[in-house]
Amino acid sequence: MNNLLIALGALFLALLFGGLIQGLDRRLTARIQRRVGPPILQPYFDVLKLWAKEPLFTSSMTEVCAWGGLAGSAAALGLFFAGQDLLLVFFTQAVGAVLPAVGALASPSPYSQTGGQRELLQLAAYEPVLLVVLACVGQASGSFSANAPLHLSGPLLPSLPLTFAALLLVMGIKLRKSPFDTAASAHAHQELVRGLYTEYSGPSLALLEVAHWLDTLLLLGICALFWATSLWGMTLLIALVWLGEIVLDNASARLTWPWLLAVFWGPGLLLAAANLAWVVW
Amino acid sequence: MKMLKKLTEYAQRKSPWILHYDCSSCNGCDIEILACLTPIYDVERFGAVNVGNPLHADVLLVTGSVNLRNAAVLKELYRQMPEPKAVLAVGACALSGGVFRDAYNVLGGVDKVIPVDVYVPGCPAKPESVLDGVILALEKFRRDADHGDKS
Repeated sequence: MNNLLIALGALFLALLFGGLIQGLDRRLTARIQRRVGPPILQPYFDVLKLWAKEPLFTSSMTEVCAWGGLAGSAAALGLFFAGQDLLLVFFTQAVGAVLPAVGALASPSPYSQTGGQRELLQLAAYEPVLLVVLACVGQASGSFSANAPLHLSGPLLPSLPLTFAALLLVMGIKLRKSPFDTAASAHAHQELVRGLYTEYSGPSLALLEVAHWLDTLLLLGICALFWATSLWGMTLLIALVWLGEIVLDNASARLTWPWLLAVFWGPGLLLAAANLAWVVW
Repeated sequence: MKMLKKLTEYAQRKSPWILHYDCSSCNGCDIEILACLTPIYDVERFGAVNVGNPLHADVLLVTGSVNLRNAAVLKELYRQMPEPKAVLAVGACALSGGVFRDAYNVLGGVDKVIPVDVYVPGCPAKPESVLDGVILALEKFRRDADHGDKS
């Protein structure tokens, strides 16, 4: 009961502040490009507006998948902040991540099809890496409970530097930032801009937008586990990673999907697995 | 309830996503529209985003005159935009057919095919007037909200 209340409270705060992070992101991106940029509250305006638009669907699956995607992301975030098992968090977020791709593939639109297929490729690239990263965290802190790293005597980062590097790669995909924004991105960095989201419009796009806020928070939360013993360390680490992602997003072009797979299945998996072996032995 | 309606209406005016369709423009107006995205004019300060998908768009921005070839495309783009939506005709050609109005295949301005909310004159239209037109088009959303849902 207590856990449920914590999870719901965390979700409420996430919905309240999730948009601010995206708003700051857009503002900062604009400043990097020497523009003024939208107001910080812009993501909330976008979501409210989308929610009030006329629902248009080419397939009823699209709407179901938008709700499913949000439910998966929300459940994963709730479980994470309630201190539940990290593997449970992982599989819940995987369900939330797969459903939008299913919805995109349910439509005959070639843009949506390409976006959906690329999203599946992204999942194939980062999900194994994320699983090994969480396994490393579990091994190093002696428990798979999400709040176990909080009770350690020292931070995890010194013993898991390679794992952290692998997590940074995963962040790139989950935050939909260049050079790993193969399936969809916020900016016209490539030939297929909204890809995955092509057939999601109005209310269903609003749901996926909110799901993206929650995903971003979950990934920043996982990042925080690496310096969970001090609040300052945690805040500094999250801020540095987030700023780094935005700078990288603005400074790099997109990689093609063979590159994506090569980076994640090669260095990504190797880094995480090497660190896992180091921790275990 | 009234509060939420007001908030939604405010959000609609703060977040116009723009779809740009070039009917048969000489690209003069299109370049001026692209200039709106650059650091000097930065249309994103008003929350506007240039989208390439009618399903995501709130404002349809049309340049160039309508002819027998592109009338069907224009109609289809308009049909695929979810309500509430607004249409902006930008430049002399989109307003009336411009210098091409007497050509054998030209139907005339955008309003020959779809309903237009705001006319932005100029040859080419200046970025300032395009921005002004977009903001004027957003007033339509306020009007629609006042008169209830239009269907």
